[in-house]
Amino acid sequence: MSETITVPTMAEYMAQGKKPEVLFWVGCAGSFDDRAKKITKAFVKLLHNAKVDFAVLGTEEGCTGDPAKRAGNEFLFQMQAMMNIEVLNGYEIKKVVTACPHCFNTIKNEYPGLGGNYEVMHHTQFLKSLMNEGRLKVEGGKFKGKRITFHDPCYLGRANNEYEAPRELLQKLEVELTEMKRCKSRGLCCGAGGAQMFKEPEPGKKDVNIERTDEALDTKPDVIAAGCPFCNTMLTDGVKNFNKEDDVAVMDVAEMIASAQDL
Amino acid sequence: MQYIPNILFFLALVAGIGYFTMNMRKVIGRIKLGQEVDASDHTKQRWSNVFRIALGQSKMVVRPIAGLLHIVVYVGFIIINIEVLEIIIDGLFGTHRVLSVLGPVYDFLIASFEILALLVLLGVIFFWTRRNIQKIKRFWAREMTSWPKNDANYILYFEMVLMVLFLTMNAADLALQNGVASGAYTSETASHYIQAGAYPISQFIAPLFEGMAEGTLIIIERSAWWLHILGILVFLNYLYFSKHLHIILAFPNVYYGKIKPKGQFKNLDSVTSEVKLMMNPSADPYAAPAEGAEAPAKFGASDVMDLSRTQLLNAYTCTECGRCTSECPANITGKKLSPRKIMMDTRDRLVEVGKNVEANGGEFKDDGKQLLDDYILREELWACTTCNACVEACPVSIDPMSIIMDMRQYLVMEQSAAPNELNVTMTNIENNSAPWPFNQMDRLNWKDEV
Repeated sequence: MSETITVPTMAEYMAQGKKPEVLFWVGCAGSFDDRAKKITKAFVKLLHNAKVDFAVLGTEEGCTGDPAKRAGNEFLFQMQAMMNIEVLNGYEIKKVVTACPHCFNTIKNEYPGLGGNYEVMHHTQFLKSLMNEGRLKVEGGKFKGKRITFHDPCYLGRANNEYEAPRELLQKLEVELTEMKRCKSRGLCCGAGGAQMFKEPEPGKKDVNIERTDEALDTKPDVIAAGCPFCNTMLTDGVKNFNKEDDVAVMDVAEMIASAQDL
Repeated sequence: MQYIPNILFFLALVAGIGYFTMNMRKVIGRIKLGQEVDASDHTKQRWSNVFRIALGQSKMVVRPIAGLLHIVVYVGFIIINIEVLEIIIDGLFGTHRVLSVLGPVYDFLIASFEILALLVLLGVIFFWTRRNIQKIKRFWAREMTSWPKNDANYILYFEMVLMVLFLTMNAADLALQNGVASGAYTSETASHYIQAGAYPISQFIAPLFEGMAEGTLIIIERSAWWLHILGILVFLNYLYFSKHLHIILAFPNVYYGKIKPKGQFKNLDSVTSEVKLMMNPSADPYAAPAEGAEAPAKFGASDVMDLSRTQLLNAYTCTECGRCTSECPANITGKKLSPRKIMMDTRDRLVEVGKNVEANGGEFKDDGKQLLDDYILREELWACTTCNACVEACPVSIDPMSIIMDMRQYLVMEQSAAPNELNVTMTNIENNSAPWPFNQMDRLNWKDEV
């Protein structure tokens, strides 16, 4: 990943009088977290590869307010939401794609009530549609035949009933898809949701991510696939806890597709 | 004199149904202590949920063993209640097996009641062993001691006794019918026991009664008949005190259940107007509130009156099965949070507040207690990952998570009592629009990083 990649901003597009096909909402994790930035870059490469005309908000993007809302600070949430909606509406955004299920859920479900109406897609849904339109090639490569288990992000799965898009992509990678005991609508949380990512857990027997990683490791996977930067962090920490980081990778679905194509 | 049984029956019926109605009005009154909800939308979807989830038990079978057993008991309960209709007519008018005029249909009905009664009996015994012998974990949690534990067993005993009485009644009846037919019993009372019904199960019990004196047999039949119907009336009135209210409330509860995607939390309108005011450059920050303006609404919930009527209905509907708790990541990993306990606490507090209001002429007299801290601990509230597993797991569309969220809102917006790390996170969001202390101007730096 040495070459720089072109990432146009909405401000640049606006200056040129252009409108992109889709706005890529990067999210805080995707912008600042070292691990999640890799997912962002992988997704951008896929967008370029599929010749998607996209732009980002860049410095005009702000936290959607999801952690504030789930922590109980409705005030802060709505402040963030309304600032973002003003920016999005100012650019007349119609379609948003994001690699973070929390941003996805918030913009899709909670912004409309505050005046922000957009077609919002999770990146796995968007990649699936690119694949179906023949714009994106998803095929085996280095993951062919590898054992993969997919961890459902709560805010993509239960919260929005999307279980199939990431799995369809993984199947196209010709992997051996294996399910954990608790999956899909009964999938266990990674432990990060509801603003837990930003605080120490309450006293208990163990941490949620350890419980979940244990279950994932039971499937003897080569890769634990994720679709959320926070799940990714939690599971990566979990794998380290079991000293398995040399054997088992935790990867975002987008990273896997990009890596399979040697992008 | 001959009308005494009819009169007694009438009085029992009036007393049983009357007391039940009175208590249900209390339940409704208490639910109305909550905030009004608008459920006039999505009528079609709501009815479809009632048919699918409540009537169709679609979420029960997610756990096949408990689910199928529950369907047996549920179907048995509903179908056998047709028999209660006949019992009521017989009781009021002194007839005997009045529906036997239906002929073969009646035979079919009685036969199916009998088979269901046996299945219910076996199902309930199996339920009892799961709870008391197998000791399934979700029935032995921290909140499942004393009354909740006993309540569950009382319900099972009740159902066992009712089914045994039903089969005994039929067996004694059959023995009498056979006796009359063979000419062994000739009294006028015995002649009431006309040939009616088919008895695939109690035919195996009837031989136990063979050779008994006619009078004894009639006493057995009458006792079983009376105890069965009185038992049903007592059971009906037990519901109000019990978690078993779900057999009625599950239906309205599913109707009022959440229609929107589970991830969509409600936006507080009271906050929206404040935020709009703040973001309006021409608003006068020093303007006095308009004459007669409403006092600002309380944010979030610290007691049951702050919750919505749907949430209070949820609390009365919960039958403490614990499917929510057994799927809760916080509970699984040993945290204090149990979504079932959130519902049980809400109901307990609602009953307490309801009694208070009823005793004080419709006004709540401050009792120095509230739902927060006196029932639900902050430690429980902060352990929630908002993963919606509890909401997904509930077979009757209860939403424990919404109560947790409303109480967090109270803690944060009314009391500024968030855990310190979350205060730091929120300050970051306020200052630099990210949960971490990174400058918003650096948001696009990733594109140039190697």
